[in-house]
Order: sequence, then structure tokens, then C-alpha cells
Amino acid sequence: MAFIKWGVLQFPGSCDERDALHACRIAGDEARLIWHEDRDLGGVDGVVVPGGFSYGDYLRAGAIARFSPAMEAVAELAAAGGPVLGICNGFQVLCEAGLLPGALLRNAGLRFRCHQVELIEEGTGERLSIPAKHGEGRYYAPEETLDRLEANGQVAYRYADGHNSNGSLRDIAGVTNERGNVLGLMPHPEHAVDPLTGSTDGLRVFERMSGVLA
Amino acid sequence: MTVGTPKYRELGLTDSEYELIVEKLGREPNDVELAMFSLLWSEHCAYKHSRKLLRRLPTEGERVLMGPGENAGAVDVGNGYAVAFKVESHNHPSAVEPFEGAATGVGGILRDVFAIGARPIAILDSLRFGELDSVRSRHLLDGAVRGIGHYGNSIGVATVGGEIYFEEPYEHNCLVNAMCIGLAKSADMVRAAAAGVGNAVVLMGAATGRDGIGGASVLASAELGEGDETKRPTVQIGDPFEESKVLECCLELLEKGLLVSLQDLGAAGLTSSAGEMASAGGVGIDLDVARVPLREADMEPFEIMVSESQERMLGVVEPARVAEVRAICEKWQTGSAEIGVVTDTGAIRILRGEEVVGEMPVAALVDGCPLYDLEPAEPAGWIYGNRATLAAGVSAEDELLALLAAPNIASKRWAFEQYDSVVGSRTVRRPEQADAAVLQLPESGNAIAVSIDGNGRRVACDPYAGTIEAVLECAQNLACVGAEPLGLTNCLNFGNPEKPATAWQLDRAVSGLADVCTALGVPVVGGNVSLYNEGPDGPIYPTPVVSMVGEVPDPAQVAGSAFAAAGDAIALFGPFSPTLAGSELAKQRGELDVGLPQPDVSKVANACAQIRAAVRAGKLASAHDVSDGGLACALAESAIAGELGCHVDLQPLRERGCSPEEALFGEGSGGFLLSGERAVLEDLGAVLIGEVGGTTIEIAAGDRSLVLGLGGAASAWRSLDEKAEALAD
Repeated sequence: MAFIKWGVLQFPGSCDERDALHACRIAGDEARLIWHEDRDLGGVDGVVVPGGFSYGDYLRAGAIARFSPAMEAVAELAAAGGPVLGICNGFQVLCEAGLLPGALLRNAGLRFRCHQVELIEEGTGERLSIPAKHGEGRYYAPEETLDRLEANGQVAYRYADGHNSNGSLRDIAGVTNERGNVLGLMPHPEHAVDPLTGSTDGLRVFERMSGVLA
Repeated sequence: MTVGTPKYRELGLTDSEYELIVEKLGREPNDVELAMFSLLWSEHCAYKHSRKLLRRLPTEGERVLMGPGENAGAVDVGNGYAVAFKVESHNHPSAVEPFEGAATGVGGILRDVFAIGARPIAILDSLRFGELDSVRSRHLLDGAVRGIGHYGNSIGVATVGGEIYFEEPYEHNCLVNAMCIGLAKSADMVRAAAAGVGNAVVLMGAATGRDGIGGASVLASAELGEGDETKRPTVQIGDPFEESKVLECCLELLEKGLLVSLQDLGAAGLTSSAGEMASAGGVGIDLDVARVPLREADMEPFEIMVSESQERMLGVVEPARVAEVRAICEKWQTGSAEIGVVTDTGAIRILRGEEVVGEMPVAALVDGCPLYDLEPAEPAGWIYGNRATLAAGVSAEDELLALLAAPNIASKRWAFEQYDSVVGSRTVRRPEQADAAVLQLPESGNAIAVSIDGNGRRVACDPYAGTIEAVLECAQNLACVGAEPLGLTNCLNFGNPEKPATAWQLDRAVSGLADVCTALGVPVVGGNVSLYNEGPDGPIYPTPVVSMVGEVPDPAQVAGSAFAAAGDAIALFGPFSPTLAGSELAKQRGELDVGLPQPDVSKVANACAQIRAAVRAGKLASAHDVSDGGLACALAESAIAGELGCHVDLQPLRERGCSPEEALFGEGSGGFLLSGERAVLEDLGAVLIGEVGGTTIEIAAGDRSLVLGLGGAASAWRSLDEKAEALAD
């Protein structure tokens, strides 16, 4: 597995950026925070767009953050094939930025929900236990887009039976871009890297992204 | 305004208080001064009916770094780190507008904690509503839970625990008590005392608007009644995004050593924060309201001084560093304005440009409010109602199902899943995984546990014993996760203290709190008092909410409350002699009455110490304190959580003189329900009562023996999910 240097974006209103930083380090990589106004990513290999409520999620989740200078740089990194991982609000930002297909709508129950969910890794069938916590996590894309994502192998994770509490179409929890170097998911792998807090299954997601460079 | 009523009375001051203000000023106060006095001399700010009683509480301890009087209490957790914590009420705003009231309750307590330089790491809340079959209660529950989630989730602080009770006396006046825990380097903590004559006073954060004007006096210091809708403008509106920026900004300013002192703006806004900073520092402050950034241009000086707009902080800064401070505020995209200066006059002077619009000695404004003695009188008997909801003569199985489904006992998953409990990577035990929340502190190499408790119904039965029980329950909860108490904070929620029965409840409860904390050696490091919690039907149950923070040396050695393995032995431990007095069963039967047995504090303390040692040694598979609904409910909870049945015999409790019903459903302090290896439990001196296993809960208790399927018990215990969701519509 490649050892890589991660940059974790920090917007006003980010919540999970320190957790993401910590998780990158536990996964064996280097990591530092990148301020949203920085147009230059300072030579990092990959970027984590963390969870939280960037710019208060005013207007629409992720709608303002996508215009930040740092996100311009992230788009360039993605185009160059660098690993980009969007978690929760980061997933929403990547969808708003057009780096990932689809959109995240309000949960079917119209309530924020925080609970441990089981994910199935597409392809391997591996089961991961990871916390999810969001109010707008219902994955949506037009039917033909969903068909295409499935055909291209762009569905990365699905909620296991009984765990799709937000009403995501086709139980989709995470998707990649066509090239596979940009991944977004609603559950929080950075909160599943320590046996004391419940699970270490999230490390597998970080390892997958490090593998993009391998 | 009523013709002929003096303005000071409209603002909540009495005739004699007004005369005292005139005497201290040597003249009549103008409108600005009157507004400021009315707020700082309100019950909410001056504690005028409770301060004398609070002197009874023990506040010293070798781990105490900050005690009462600061924005939050703080205790030493080792390796140069401190844990700060405080609980505060936001009851009346929540009763008027539950979403914003609860949200800003969370916002306010967060600011108290980061004002001393601690990064907030956890939130807990203690909520009280009327019975769930009331439309109003469902509306308040839904709004308060969404409000807490909205604010805490958005700002990225984990909500790790709490409690909710539903009782008729809270129907009109719900309680929303929010608690925050923060972590700081001990050496970097700041106090709220203004210092350094000539230093600048800088207002940071949101602009000042007309929201929340008069909240502390009009809303928080009077009974609720008809026409409360007109008070809605006195409820503040919260913006967690703004607070998140102000929080990060203040922590960066403190880390860079740019602030001499820092204070949050809460109740009574600029008036109280400037007044308290000046009082604590023994200095004066000049403030120019013309320099305060406003949301509405035409605000009067008095409105600016009393506005309770949220997400604002007041800092004292050396003049040479003001530019640096403002640049960091700009980086975080939050406001800043140099609005005043520290003086040596001992007075608060309010200017509008060159014009002086108010001038008051700090001593009179902040510390001059008269303190009142209570005139307590014990009521003759039970002063609250009590509807019977459980038919007489039902089977023991039906009794257990009714108790498990009771909203007070049922799982609160519906509420706590609306809160982010994991952000921050510290949460070792999430809600309902153990009796207390456990947070790891890699910085100090250990963990803390925290529990918040306060069963108002039992305090109503006996304010002295009931308050002792609340503290003992906290201590037992901490023991179950291997934690040793470091300090306690509290929020005393009571009715109108000018009424003799409420005064008696308050007096007895504070005595109970003082006695139990002294006996346990647990210092009270802070607290909050919320009085006048009454509606048209009378006062709330007297509700001292207490929270204890304890130290866990090794977060890997923490027991859960769930049964862990079939074949484990089940044992009862501790000085537990349950009765039906004040119990959930007595409530459902309509049999509530005054009187509780007096708990034996030293015996419970000893039991806690033994459990703590056993948990730390990794000897127990599960540990759960016996609380609401008695031993039968504790057994069911451990069984449901572990998805494992059990069969037990309560004969040992029968031998302590308990009737079958008391053994099953009786309540009282001192009981621990344990599971683990038989020999280990025997060594501990626990009384073996049964074994884990199977798919049923089987309890032998003489003529009230019962057998209940695990599935049926679980659906009763999970019934709040559906009730709350269906009813929220």
C-alpha cells in the first residue's frame, strides 16, 4: 500500500476535519489541514473533503463550499487522477462541484439520524460497520444515471439490508467518478478507526483511496 | 403598558428594590440604567432567592481548578489538562418557542465553556415535559429535540447523554437543561475578570439586534401564564454556524495569548458580561453603544445594552494587539469592534459617541441586589395531582410491560439518534451502551465519564432524600463504568420561591445536595438556578438536575450495561432495600404520596467504590444501576440491550423484607445489577440471583413471578420511537 500525503480541507463550519486528520494518520499516512481560501494545496497527494456544515450549509448543503478557492485546486487534483475522498458534507460538496454524479436529498424520515450502519463494499461483498450521521443523505440520481453507475462499477458502497434509513435510491451509500479516484460516501469512515469507539472498518476506505496512487 | 404602573414594576423590580437603586445612585435612574438594573437584579442574574442557600454547598477539592463564580467549573484530569463543565437552564424560552429555546440553550452553554479557553467536547441535556398524551408536550418534545440536534450537530460537538422525563407538572413549564464539557490545557485557561486600565474592550461575533430583549427579567424570572405568545420576541434566535466561527476564533486568540480575559454574552447581554467582568476585576468599563455593530440602525442605547442576540463574546485586549485580534476575527469571517475601554473609575459608563447615557457604580449594579431569606413551610401533604393509568389487579407481566413502555423508562433512542454522538473521536460509550457516557482523552492519557440525573417526582415526595438519591444515582452510574467522581455541577429547577411550599422544597433540596456532596467528598464546581417554573396549574416538581464528571484511568476497561454472554451469573450488589414510595409503579397506580426512605450515603459510597474497583480490574461482564422501574426493569434493560434472556429468583430481596412487588418494581438507592463469572461475583460479596441465557425474562418473586418473551419486552421498551414519531406530525 502506498504511503501518501493527505490534505484535509477546512471550511468555516466543518466539524469532522480533525477526526479525518487523525484517521489519515492512523491509516499510516501523513496529513495536514488546508484552509478553504488556499488555492494551492501545497503538494499533497490526495484530499479529504470532511464532514460538517460548511458555510452553515446555508442555501443547500455543499452549495457554497464548492466555490471556494481550495475546491478549484481539488478539481485539478481530481482531473490529474489524485485521490479525493468526500465524507458526508464532503460528498455533498463533491456532488455540487460536479466531481461526482448525483445529489443528496433530505432523509426520507426528514430527521437527522446518527447510528451505526452496515455497508456492503461493492465487488468484494465485504461488510463494514461505520457510523452514519446526517439529515441530508438520501442519494438520488436519474434512473439512467444509476444504470450507468452500476454498469461502470461506480457504486462503491451500498447499505446492507435494513440499514438504508435515509431512503437512498438502490441503497447507494457511496459512489466514485468514472476513473475511480474520486469517492464520496455519507457514512463516516474517519469515525471507525479505533476499536475503543466502536469499529476499525473505516480504515479500509482510507486504504482503498491510498491504493488509487499505487 | 398599564396606566399608573411604574415602569420599574413592569420590568420586574419591587418598590423596595427600586428605592434601593435610587439610594445607591443618589438619583432616579434613567431608562438605560433602569433597564440594566432590572436585568442584573433579576432572579436569573442575581440569584437573590438562592444565593444564601448555595453557601451550604462544599466547593473545595484537590482536583478543583475553577469553582463557582467562573463561567464554568473545571477539574484537573492530569498531564496538565483540565475538564471544564457546566449545566444551565433554558426553560422558559423553550416553553414559549421550543426549537429556538433549546438551540440557544445549547449555544449559551457552549460559550460558557469556551469562554474559559476550553474546547467543547461533549453536550448532555436533561429535559422534562408533560405527559406524552398531551399535544403541547409532543410539540415541545419535538421542538426541543430538533433544536438541540440542530445546534449541537451543526457545531460539531458530540451529544453523548442525557435524560428525559414526562410528568404532568411540567405540562405548562417544560425544562430544558443543557450541559457542556470542555477540555483545556490547565495553564491556558482564562478567567472572566477585566484587567489593565486602558485596555480595549472588544465585542466579537454576531451583530446586535432586538432579539431576546428582556429575556432574563421578563421571561426567566416570572411564572408562565396566559399571553406568553407576546413574549416570543424575548426568545433569542440561534445561528450555530456563527457560533462555530466565533468558537474557533476565540480558541485561536487564546492559544496565541492575545486576550487578557474573555466573557460570553448570555442573559442580559452586554450589561451582564461587561458588569461581571468589571466586578470580577475590580475595575470600571466605558462602553460606547455607537460602536456596537447593529442589525437594525435605529436601536436605542438601552436596547443595545440588554439585547440577548446570540453568538457574541466580549474580550479585553491590550491596545497594541487589537489589530491582530481583529485580523483573526476577519480570518474566521466573524465580526469584531472595539467598543470600550477598561477604566479605574469603578463605574460602568454607557456612552453614545460623546454623550453619557448611563453611569452606575459596578458595586451597585452587579453586587448590590438585596439577597432574600426564604420563608419555607412544609406543605401538609402531596400537593400535585396523580392520574391512575394502570388498572388494579393486572398480572405481573402486564405491570412490567406497562413500566417498560412508560415514556420515563422506555428507550430514548428516538431522541438521541437525532444527535451526533461520535464527532470528536472520543465517544467510547454512546447513549444507552452504559450507565454513563465515556469520553477518551488521549491528551491526558485517560478518560472521563459523565452522567446527568434528577428524578423530580421522587424529589417531590421528599426534597431532601430525593436530591440525595439523584446524586447517588450519578455516583452509581459512574461506578458502573469504573469512574471516580471529580466534581459535580447542578441546575436547580424549582417553582416560585416566594411561595412557602416551594421555598421549603428548595431549602430541603439544597441541604440534601450539600450533605450528600460533603459525605461523598465530591465538590460542587458550579451551578445554575432556575426559579419561577410554574404554570396556571401550579409549580413543577422540584427538579435538581445534577451531573457528575468522573475519571476513568483506562477507557479499555469500561463495563457496559448489556448482558454479555449466556451462562454468565447474575448478581445483585449494594445496600438496596426497594419500596414502592415515589416509584414509577406508584405513579401509574395513582398512589403517589409524600415520604421516601432515607438513603444510607456511606453504604452506597462503599458499594460504589467496590464496583468501581471491580470494573477497572475488568472483572464484570456488565454493570447497571437499579433505578426507574426497579430491579425487574433493570433486568429487562440489560437483557434487551444484550439480546439475551435471563432467569432470576428475587428471594434474597424477599429476605430483606420486600414484598414481591417491592422486589420487582420497588425503587431506591444503592442497587447494582451485575453479570459475570460466578466466582468473581461471589468474591465481590454480591448476592447471586440467577443466570443469563434463553429468550425469555423469567423472574421468580412469590405470587408475582413472571415470564416475558424478550421480543415482547423489547417492543414495549422501544415503543417511544413510534409514539414520538407518530405524534410529532
